[in-house]
Amino acid sequence: MSPIFYLLAALTIGGGLAAVLLKNLVHAALATTVAFAGLALLYLELDAQFAGFAQILVYIGAVAILIVFAILLTRGSDLPKDSVFSRTWAVGLVIAAAVFAVLAWAVLQSLRAVPQQMAVPAVTVHDIGNALVGRYVLPLEIVGLLLTAATVGAVIVAMHEKERPKP
Amino acid sequence: MTTPLAGYLLVAALLFAIGLAGALVRRNAILVLIGIELMLNAANLNLIAFWRFGPHPELLTGMMFAIFSIAVAAAEAAVGLGLVISIYRHTNSTDLDKMNRMKG
Amino acid sequence: MQESATFTPQFAAYTIAGILWLIPAAPIVASGVIALLKQPRRKPAAALAIGALSISLLLSLVAFVHVVAGWAHGSVVREFVNFVWFRFGSSTVDLGWVLDPLAAVMLVMVSFVGLLIFIYSVGYMAHDENFTRFFCFMSLFAGAMLGVVISNSLLLLFMCWEIVGLTSYLLIGFWYQKPSAAAAAKKAFVTTRVGDVFFLLGIVWLFSQTGTLLFYNHGVGSLEGLALANLTSQHAAFGLTAAGAIGLLIFAGAVGKSGQLPLHVWLPDAMEGPTPVSALIHAATMVAAGVFLVARVYPLMQIGAGPHGATVALTVVTWVGASTAVFAALIAVAQNDIKRILAYSTISQLGYMMAGLGLGGVAVGIFHLITHAFFKALLFLGAGSVIHGCHDEQDIRRMGGLRADMPLTFLTYAIGMLALCGFPLVFSGFWSKDGILEAAHHWSLSQTPFYLLVFGALLTAFYMTRQVCYVFFGHWRGGQNAAHESPKVMTLPLAILAFFAIALGFIGTPVWPWLHAFLENRPAAFDIHAFAEPGLGLLMLSSSLVVFLGLGLGWWLYGNKLPKAEAPDALEKSAPWLWTPLRDRFYVDEIYGATVVALYAWWARVADWLDRRVWGGIVALVAWLFSLWARLNRFLDVHWVDGGFDKSCEELSSGGGLLSRVEGGRVQNYLRILAAAIVVLAAILLWSSRP
Repeated sequence: MSPIFYLLAALTIGGGLAAVLLKNLVHAALATTVAFAGLALLYLELDAQFAGFAQILVYIGAVAILIVFAILLTRGSDLPKDSVFSRTWAVGLVIAAAVFAVLAWAVLQSLRAVPQQMAVPAVTVHDIGNALVGRYVLPLEIVGLLLTAATVGAVIVAMHEKERPKP
Repeated sequence: MTTPLAGYLLVAALLFAIGLAGALVRRNAILVLIGIELMLNAANLNLIAFWRFGPHPELLTGMMFAIFSIAVAAAEAAVGLGLVISIYRHTNSTDLDKMNRMKG
Repeated sequence: MQESATFTPQFAAYTIAGILWLIPAAPIVASGVIALLKQPRRKPAAALAIGALSISLLLSLVAFVHVVAGWAHGSVVREFVNFVWFRFGSSTVDLGWVLDPLAAVMLVMVSFVGLLIFIYSVGYMAHDENFTRFFCFMSLFAGAMLGVVISNSLLLLFMCWEIVGLTSYLLIGFWYQKPSAAAAAKKAFVTTRVGDVFFLLGIVWLFSQTGTLLFYNHGVGSLEGLALANLTSQHAAFGLTAAGAIGLLIFAGAVGKSGQLPLHVWLPDAMEGPTPVSALIHAATMVAAGVFLVARVYPLMQIGAGPHGATVALTVVTWVGASTAVFAALIAVAQNDIKRILAYSTISQLGYMMAGLGLGGVAVGIFHLITHAFFKALLFLGAGSVIHGCHDEQDIRRMGGLRADMPLTFLTYAIGMLALCGFPLVFSGFWSKDGILEAAHHWSLSQTPFYLLVFGALLTAFYMTRQVCYVFFGHWRGGQNAAHESPKVMTLPLAILAFFAIALGFIGTPVWPWLHAFLENRPAAFDIHAFAEPGLGLLMLSSSLVVFLGLGLGWWLYGNKLPKAEAPDALEKSAPWLWTPLRDRFYVDEIYGATVVALYAWWARVADWLDRRVWGGIVALVAWLFSLWARLNRFLDVHWVDGGFDKSCEELSSGGGLLSRVEGGRVQNYLRILAAAIVVLAAILLWSSRP
């Protein structure tokens, strides 16, 4: 376990925790961004450079901004009067803890079954491009269609409704 | 010595649990969406980790999966936040505890 | 069917016996028709009744002549017709009728006296509004009485006997609005019923022993040789054979009907009925039915005669008869109602008849019965005439001097009175009573009945003289209205009856005992030497002396020196200690009231208490249990069934409420459930795939 890994892990986890725990929504959104950054660096650590940069571009560049916009548009910057946590937050916590327990148990059980070390893969962006339009062309087109639909849909959903004439 | 696969998997599991906790516990709808994004990211980390430590990394399966997941997650975040804005316009609140019109 | 001698063509005998049933049938049919007539139809009712009885009389005379003809030729006449009524198993119950000398004599007497009384009643009941009902009942009575006479079956006799009792009840209570009349009718019925219970026992016993209830049936009837031998071979209690015991049971029925000593209480009260009823039923015919019954079953009582020529049964009959004769005569001395005196006189004379049957046989008793029927009917009708003439007054203390106002009535009444007393030689009563006294004198067991009967004769003369003096002699002690003679329709029957009260005596005198011979199926010869029989002359003389003594005593005390109406009787003044028990009828009614009636009333109260408290209580208890059950059911229904149903509906809706909480409409809850489910599933999978 290299120290870099620990650092990056702490960054990611810390960002995630902060995102969930902070009362101020804007601070939470920024903490999310930190978590996204941590993850991107982890991808780089895992020799998935393309995924890492795509992460930065898309998540930090678009999704985080989107979240901040949404917060702004919904007056989320104002602190709420009641608690930010639900009245039955303990139940949720327990369930989440249970989920972690199960996943960790699965991981630890499979320590011997799965190889823990591997050589560095020799992949280039050229290979990724070839794969995108070669083997994965169909998913690519579908994702394109999906993005179009999502964009149109988001616009329609968030649009101001025109005044309907009174019946 | 490099980090073993299990390390990344554990980090991903922890991040997933944290994201889930946020989605289950917080009142604000946007924070629920943030939690969901964290969960998706944790899944992506899992995918990349398994690609890196898998038997055939040259097939790029894991990487492709993760990239498409990022794309779809972005689209989904856009639509979801649009919905939250729309609901805010109607009910002037983003409090999930108050949104029980589908009750019964 | 028994054939008579060759003199009579079989055809005649067959026809007469065959149509014998018409004799009772005609009046019964007339009674039914009268009952159906639209009221009031007096003339048709009377015409029907008198006409029907005339037919009966005519047929009876024909039958009588036929039997006399048969007897004159020396044959034993006993013609009968039997038929089967119903069968059960191997036995049958037969009915039938018989024509023999006894029946023939009774038929003529009953129908003749009945007819005369019917004619009399047309005048007596002329002012009564229930004229048609009267003739309906009287006709029914006449038919039933004739049925008793000709019956060849003990069962048929019993049935007609009961009808006779029923009509007696109806006629005693004819004026039923009077409570005393209704009570008297009930008393008569109940008292005779007591006797009838024993009668029925006798019938049942006879049937079980001999298997038949017919009297004469070609040798196998119950009064014929075979059955009698069977009965005498069996012994009942008290030294009686079965025959004697059955005879005594049947005699018990006669005791009730003929008013003998313990069961005499109904006869004086029966005077509540109209006078023709008293005359026909309670003097001449119905009360004589008991005597006739004993005569009919005489073979049963006579068979197995002991060393002294008497059987236990006949001895009992004699004693009962003799004591009744004296008992009733004593009471008659102290009565003040004209009809009551005659009623007690009837009881006394019935005692004479019973004693005659027991002491001297069928002929002696029946002779007195025949003569008594005529003169007693005469006396009653005369009393009715007196009552009618005195404007319905019945107390002799308020009459008097009617000799001048009602001469015809007086004359006929005197003839009847002298016949009853037994005035020597001229009047019928003398010959018939003397026959009884002679038989008593010759009785081997004891002379006490003889002395009792002689004493009774003395008393009879005494009280009849007293009555005649009170009614016809002295001065008028009644109210303002003077008495008047009765119409011809009433006095004519009196005259006819008076004639027979004299004439009938001569058919039974010792010199020419025609009736006795006729009844006993032996030839009758006129034999003047019969008077020379030892002891007979002395007996006739002494009985005449007794009669004169009684008449003289009565005249001495009462003749022409009668005081005012309210003053006490002469005898009462001189011997009040004697007078009071006599006047109060020896307190027999009071004794019965205190014992039998009281017991019955107590029993009725017990039964009523049982009915109301015990059975009623049980019924109420059952009803209460049912209501309890109903209430329990209601409770169960309300609480369990309804409650259960309501509860389950409530649970259903609350369960639905519970279930709807799952869909809270809150997204985070959905998510939580989803996550929890995934955890569970993953755990299961991982657990099952452990190495």
